[in-house]
Amino acid sequence: MFATIDYQKDAEGIVTLTIDLKDRSMNVLTPQFVSELSQAIEQVAGDDTVKGAIITSGKDSFLAGADLKGLDEMFVAATDDVAAALEKASSFSLILRRMETCGKPFAAAINGMALGGGLEIALACHYRVAGDNARAVLGLPEVQVGLLPGAGGTQRLPRLIGLEASLPLMLQGKHVAPAKAAELGIVHKLVPAGEEVAAARAWLKDSPDAEQPWDKQGFKVPGGAGAMHPKAVQTFMVGTAMLAKEARHNYPAPISIMASVFEGTIVPMDTALKIEARYFTGLLRDPVSHNMVRTLFVNKQKADKLAYRAADVPRLEVNRLGILGAGMMGAGIAYVSAMAGQQVVLLDTDQAAAEKGKGYSEGLLAKGVERGKMAESKATEILARIHPTVSYDELEGCDLVIEAVFENREIKADVTAKAERVLGEQAIFASNTSTLPISGLAQASRRPERFIGLHFFSPVDKMPLVEVIVGDKTSEATVAQALDYVAAIRKTPIVVNDSRGFYTSRVFGTYTNEGIAMLAEGVNPALIENAAKFAGMAVGPLAVTDEVTLDLAWKVASQTRKDMGDKYEASVGEPVIRKFVEELDRKGKRFGKGFYDYPADAPKHLWPGLAEVYPHAEAQPDADEVTQRLLYIQALETARCLEEGVITRAEDGDIGSIFGWGFPPYTGGTLSFIDTIGIRKFVKECERLARRHGKRFRPSKWLKDRAKRGEPFYASGAKS
Amino acid sequence: MPEAYIYDHVRSPRGKGRPNGALHEITPIELTTQVLKALRDRNELDTRLLDDVVLGCVTPVGEQGANIARVAAINAGYAQSVPGTQLNRFCASGLEAVNSAAAQVMSGMSDLVIGGGVESMSRVPMGSDGGAWGTDPWVAYHTYFAPQGIGADLIATKYGFSREDVDAYAVESQRRAARAWKKGWFKHSVMPVKDSLGMTVLDHDEHMRPDTTMDDLAMLKPAFVMPGEIGFDSVALQRYPEVERINHVHTGGNSSGIVDGAAGVLVGSKKIGRKLGIKPRARIVGFASIGSEPTIMLTGPAPSAQKVLKRCRMSKKDIDLFELNEAFASVVLRFMQQLDIPHDDINVNGGAIAMGHPLGATGAMVLGTVLDELERRDRATALVNLCVGAGMGTATIIERI
Repeated sequence: MFATIDYQKDAEGIVTLTIDLKDRSMNVLTPQFVSELSQAIEQVAGDDTVKGAIITSGKDSFLAGADLKGLDEMFVAATDDVAAALEKASSFSLILRRMETCGKPFAAAINGMALGGGLEIALACHYRVAGDNARAVLGLPEVQVGLLPGAGGTQRLPRLIGLEASLPLMLQGKHVAPAKAAELGIVHKLVPAGEEVAAARAWLKDSPDAEQPWDKQGFKVPGGAGAMHPKAVQTFMVGTAMLAKEARHNYPAPISIMASVFEGTIVPMDTALKIEARYFTGLLRDPVSHNMVRTLFVNKQKADKLAYRAADVPRLEVNRLGILGAGMMGAGIAYVSAMAGQQVVLLDTDQAAAEKGKGYSEGLLAKGVERGKMAESKATEILARIHPTVSYDELEGCDLVIEAVFENREIKADVTAKAERVLGEQAIFASNTSTLPISGLAQASRRPERFIGLHFFSPVDKMPLVEVIVGDKTSEATVAQALDYVAAIRKTPIVVNDSRGFYTSRVFGTYTNEGIAMLAEGVNPALIENAAKFAGMAVGPLAVTDEVTLDLAWKVASQTRKDMGDKYEASVGEPVIRKFVEELDRKGKRFGKGFYDYPADAPKHLWPGLAEVYPHAEAQPDADEVTQRLLYIQALETARCLEEGVITRAEDGDIGSIFGWGFPPYTGGTLSFIDTIGIRKFVKECERLARRHGKRFRPSKWLKDRAKRGEPFYASGAKS
Repeated sequence: MPEAYIYDHVRSPRGKGRPNGALHEITPIELTTQVLKALRDRNELDTRLLDDVVLGCVTPVGEQGANIARVAAINAGYAQSVPGTQLNRFCASGLEAVNSAAAQVMSGMSDLVIGGGVESMSRVPMGSDGGAWGTDPWVAYHTYFAPQGIGADLIATKYGFSREDVDAYAVESQRRAARAWKKGWFKHSVMPVKDSLGMTVLDHDEHMRPDTTMDDLAMLKPAFVMPGEIGFDSVALQRYPEVERINHVHTGGNSSGIVDGAAGVLVGSKKIGRKLGIKPRARIVGFASIGSEPTIMLTGPAPSAQKVLKRCRMSKKDIDLFELNEAFASVVLRFMQQLDIPHDDINVNGGAIAMGHPLGATGAMVLGTVLDELERRDRATALVNLCVGAGMGTATIIERI
């Protein structure tokens, strides 16, 4: 009768609705399912012989929430006429409301994961029983995609378990195990896995109540709610401050959840659902959620699954990996590779250094064991895969070698030659350089077609991105197989073509450079740093320059100057860096002082002497102007990378910007950022900035033409 | 336009705003009633001539709720014809009530009005009336709500007042208040509060600590570190990104005290004074309220002072004494810095740091205090001013006859 729901009525008049989306590994909300659920509810409601209904799933999960790919359509639809958008966004919520008020009792038999809309279906049932299934989780994770639980979640959960218990679940989007859900009161009963339907049936046969507690006269939210309840008021006041600190006014979802709960729990359910639907529609119409879904989920998953890998190249399984240089980066790469089951040869110039590199993994693994995240035996097994050595002979049989030695051409050439002497013909040699062009480094290789760049980010175990750099001569097969390695260690790859600084370092450099340029102009450094952070950058431009050290920035600039000769053009920030390194001896955090002071007993703070070196200008820009410069320069440089073919897909640009250097996630990345502003407006603003601050803001002809055509980077991102 | 004159003012002593405070047992309606009675009796008023009683109250709920002004007038035995109204300009409510009384007289629509205020902070806790600004999440978030203490600390940080600066200001406030009490300078206006048997419950400001030293104050922990860490520092810095981080300097020792109290000011036209045979003591020259940036909240005094001076075609030089409520030490220090006012000319008999700040009443109290001091010094003009919640400021200029 239905394609997504199996409708079975037994002799006792109990209907079992088994959700089972045939073409999916997991049940998700699709338009067809929603429509069929509505029909099934009407059928139950209209059939006098039906006593009640059970909702369960035919898969090992209950229902995993919205179909993220299908959300795109919702975002586009939501930009239409607001009344139509609201109607569309409310439809599922109204179906669930019909279910809970139709007069027939509904029981949810939660036999596995129930997230988002899945849990919302269950919450609208009059009774919930969950199976104690180790892999099952219940939660409302919508906030993570910039949305709110829009089918009654923000209303039913607080009415069920109170404000204090429900708000964190919705604001952080964390899920809980079935036992915890029972303890919190989210489900009525916990039963052994497999007995969910029987327990639901028992409730229906006993004396089921088809009226929700919140529809009964005199209902009160547990623990209190409302603008006059002292405890509730405190919860909202403190909660709002906490989320303002986190969201910094960049993410509209958390405050929409908070407001929906606050306003909704004062009024009856039907009114409450209207309030929730308005906030939900507001989020659908806001670009943030659309941008987050696109980049953080849909496109990231595509990248993780190597969607653009050349299909005809045989998959490479790296069994034995060589790492040259056991410093911070080498040690980190060793750890993630060993975790992925690879044998790792960790080579350095002396044994102690190599052992120290292994020690890094030892420390991380010990921490995992201590926190109960890993069994001791498993940690020992992983650690045993790392072989510290000084001998190049050990590299024999490696499928892939990654060099992570100093950023010095001669040293890199030397280790390349030494390694290739023992490597098999098919082995790939990768450089983890962050600045030196790959094609140049490949000249030291006997087989440049098997030479590639794998740019990791520090700390390797935490940073999710690997920038795969294709040199002039790198073969397609090498690219594909390097991607296989990145997927194996569970990192997200982007593929970029060779260029100085590649993609991420190059664009990131424009960010720090712009911050430093402002410092030199006399902009208050606290304003520079705060404006960056409040705009959502992970770290301020001055603080991050201190982190990577001014010393390194100066070395890179000097190397580039040497490499490029006459063609070299100094950045606006370069004189500042020179001054700090060569005159002021403030070389960065590692050296104990840089743009910041690092007192032993207090948090770091901006060096007071900054104001003497670069006195504050009389007229200070407002924070919006500072933010605009810092974000626009990165977006513009990304567009240049796309124009020059350094990146070939907008989604790589976006993924790289967020996961590589911490461009604000709410933007969806540097190119989604341009789309959100509108490419025409973006170009116009760049021209204005160029007149004020210099030609680095000048948009290219390519970009201007694109703006003239009104051509966004994503089809559904058109706004201008 | 008729002029508005101050004929008299009376205030209660200020009791500690805690269960062990002397006035905790006195209901706010009783506190107000005693003030109204005192004003009547001191001036032998025929209350049938009163056109209105305007009282400020910042937490008008429970026993302070539902228009305490009218009920206090009835309870005090005033003529039934005397109406009453309660208003809320937060911390300036008492002054706003006097300004409102003056406005009625100046408009010619009233002859005689009492302006004043009440707050029993021990019985009706501050904030217990809720309010959208702090508690409606959408509003709080989008208007960058942060509690006053964060604003006070932000003022100190932004304008360069150290912990030593604010503590030194507090020590001086205590010293000045103690001296004024000792010399009897408040005596004429402070009306002892009596119990139902007519025995005195309190006849002095109970909150003072005249022996306070810098060392004593240095021991106190900053009061707003915790709310700051929870998120309010970040909220404030998002409005003031030019500040690297907030230096928390305010403590219970350099902020206004939480106290109970009530006050009233008798305002009328020249004609009514003649009719009643009472002498005007000062003219209300003008008044003004302003709004300013609400997150820092407490920088309203300078713009409100500037506005009222301009309105009255006066300048700072025309003012003999300044009186600015000591909500927090940094508020007064910033005002002095901004308008270049020497400490010798402002809050000369101390203020709320020493004696306390009964929210709805303070405005009327400080107006009375500075009038008494003008008379004692035989000087002419004063500018009275309070910083006000949500970024407002209210100021009044008076001139002795």
